[in-house]
Amino acid sequence: MDLNMTAEEQQFRDELRGWLKANVPADWSAKREDPLETRFEYLRTWQRKLFDGGWAGISWPKEYGGRGASLMQQVIFWQEMALADAPPMANVLGLGLIGPTIIGFGTNAHKQRYLSKILNAEEIWCQGFSEPNAGSDLASLQTSARREGDFYVVNGQKTWTSYGWIADWCEVVVRTDPNVPKHKGLTVMLLDMKTPGISVRPLRQMTGESEFSEVFFQDVRVPVENVVGEVNQGWEVALGTLMHERGTFGAGLQILYRRNMERLIELSHELERDGRPAAQDPLVRQKLAQCYAEIEIMRLNQMRAFSRISATGVPGPEGSIQKIFWSELNQRVQQVAQELLGPYAQLASSSSDAVDKGAWAYGYLRSRGNTIEAGTSEIQRNIIGHFVLGLPRSY
Amino acid sequence: MQFGLSESQEILKDNARKFFAGECPLNHVRKLAETGSTYDADLWSKMAAQGFTGIIFPEEYGGMGMSAVDLSLLMEEAGRALVPGPFFATVALAATVINAVATDAQKKKYLAPICSGEARSTLAEIEAGAGWGARAEGKTTVVNGRLTGEKLFVPAADVADFLVVAAGSGVFAVQRNAPGVSVTPMPTMDLTRSVYAVRLDNTPAEKLGDASGMERATDVATAALVAEMVGGMQRILDMTVEYAKTRKQYGKAIGAFQAVQHQCADMYLETESSRSAAYYAAWALDHDPAQAATAVSIAKMYASDACRTVGNRGVQVHGGMGFTWENDLHLYYRRAKASETMLGDATFHRERIARLVIDAPGARPQGVH
Ligand SMILES: Cc1cc2nc3c(=O)[nH]c(=O)nc-3n(C[C@H](O)[C@H](O)[C@H](O)COP(=O)(O)OP(=O)(O)OC[C@H]3O[C@@H](n4cnc5c(N)ncnc54)[C@H](O)[C@@H]3O)c2cc1C
Repeated sequence: MDLNMTAEEQQFRDELRGWLKANVPADWSAKREDPLETRFEYLRTWQRKLFDGGWAGISWPKEYGGRGASLMQQVIFWQEMALADAPPMANVLGLGLIGPTIIGFGTNAHKQRYLSKILNAEEIWCQGFSEPNAGSDLASLQTSARREGDFYVVNGQKTWTSYGWIADWCEVVVRTDPNVPKHKGLTVMLLDMKTPGISVRPLRQMTGESEFSEVFFQDVRVPVENVVGEVNQGWEVALGTLMHERGTFGAGLQILYRRNMERLIELSHELERDGRPAAQDPLVRQKLAQCYAEIEIMRLNQMRAFSRISATGVPGPEGSIQKIFWSELNQRVQQVAQELLGPYAQLASSSSDAVDKGAWAYGYLRSRGNTIEAGTSEIQRNIIGHFVLGLPRSY
Repeated sequence: MQFGLSESQEILKDNARKFFAGECPLNHVRKLAETGSTYDADLWSKMAAQGFTGIIFPEEYGGMGMSAVDLSLLMEEAGRALVPGPFFATVALAATVINAVATDAQKKKYLAPICSGEARSTLAEIEAGAGWGARAEGKTTVVNGRLTGEKLFVPAADVADFLVVAAGSGVFAVQRNAPGVSVTPMPTMDLTRSVYAVRLDNTPAEKLGDASGMERATDVATAALVAEMVGGMQRILDMTVEYAKTRKQYGKAIGAFQAVQHQCADMYLETESSRSAAYYAAWALDHDPAQAATAVSIAKMYASDACRTVGNRGVQVHGGMGFTWENDLHLYYRRAKASETMLGDATFHRERIARLVIDAPGARPQGVH
């Protein structure tokens, strides 16, 4: 156990800090409020800059444009990005989920073809897993792929597809054999979103934004070489993606939460309660301290998990506690923010009285999605119960 | 950065687990609990022979010179085995304070016999109306090196050879058999760690040092206590999962019911999160002093709530069986309740965190380590 950085990690951190200081765009805080589409292009340019500086794909292999560094350096990278208040990278799912899946399960040709374009944001990725009738029960999905010569012909529909409206590529899970038990007939494919037969319809979510979309496939032809892993063994590949989503994806969030926390502490000094700063109100103090502590514990849980993953190479089912922890914690913190700010907390960005440009109203509503996306809290608890604790399946 | 146990730490933990499983099985703990005396002289000398009583103290006093993390790993296993008696009071509380505040000569006199296993001790700190961390508010008086007052909730005072007493701005050593010392049991929920009222009436005492030096020592003790709580939580989780796999209702194992399964999943989450916080707190005590106090309070705060909820869930999943005297759960549950308040409950530590991070923003960590 040694939580100090190694000399190498420290050198990495210092170099990165210096680079971020010189390169984080000064206009980011203004651009933050831009509409989704304009903001996206801004983030794409930023990611390209990171890539050119050698800072995209920290733990990815060098030959595909990564840095070939350790998972811990990847963690340091996320933390430094948040500390520097740097814009996030555009290709969130490509970097966090699909790239690692290709690294784990793809052929050399896949790696050659896709990885560096994920890193430089030339090709944006989405994750086409959920369907109208297959959410938690992902393996029951119905989108089908039928082999025709050197192609698969895909028909069906995906939904809640984040970034579907902008994505160039999609990791889809499709049914290639309808005549076997549901987990056994699935295949993962890399699908070019520009292929004829694809239509995308944005879905508006409770925050008012349209982060996700419906994606329809009608006779969409996918070359057979785009299959990742074996045909009909896609469940294993899809699970690999989900483990990354649950296990490692939360790392960048921790410092964002901490920044939120620091802002709440700052606000507690500025806001009055019964004629004194809210920071002196014993109940406010209790609630802020609870949030602060849990955000720190989230970091510690992650650090333990990353140390384990560094040793084993892959995230396991115990990653589900990270997912439960970050999602439910954000909901608790957002609720405390609501209590601290009172009715001001509900003001939208269009109100001139809004605190922090309405970020708390947005943040609260957005947090409701946290316990649904990437597998609901109930499903994570099922996973812990069955796969970690060895209890019988509940369904 | 590497936040996992090293090979030697794994070995230490594993050895401790095997030792306690062999020397302190649960039926033995229960027997001691039911007879009202939690001290077992034989177990004590075996623990001393393992080096446990001197684990974190300098070798020049007969200790092992190991780290706070090592102490915590040992305590985690002690917690899993529900080791009764004066170990925590002697090693984590009294000896840690002596080591922090006393002179070299005093350490030879008081710390060395603890390390060797000859002496047992305890820390007498809180008083009526003066909670944890409010030492200065205590009413015990110091007049010409003699102490008068009453200390409450003092663990293991019956078997202590001497007591470490916080009074005024000082820390003192008082012999158990000194004139004016009376020790009265305070029968409490926890059957495996007895507490006492200690009355001092013009009792001769030897000053060891200033109370200000106790802060870090009690943080070391608190981190050790949290680790012990983690061991207890782990055991309750293990017992509960085992029960959920074997107990059948409606033709299937109750663990197949989601309401039960999710209780177990939450117990796992709470136990693992407490463990992360416990290990970090112990590590920070040795390696990151600026963060240590906050880290310790975060750990104690979280574990204080978690050990109660883990216990609640465990009892609930056991149904009527969990409510019986015969089932071992309540022995752990009682310890968990006692540990929840010992050295400050969650509310106490939240306020301490607030002082550290809300009132003194400069003290907040900047980035990772
Ligand atoms: C913001 C956001 C972004 C998303 N992005 C993507 C994306 O990019 N790509 C993608 O493929 N999907 C995405 N999703 C979809 C997400 O993965 C699903 O919504 C999720 O898996 C739940 O599926 P569902 O919505 O069909 O709910 P259902 O599965 O119908 O669940 C409804 C309720 O029933 C509960 N439930 C269901 N089954 C069980 C069970 N066995 N035990 C206990 N409780 C159960 C659930 O926990 C939930 O509370 C996104 C969702 C959100 C909210």
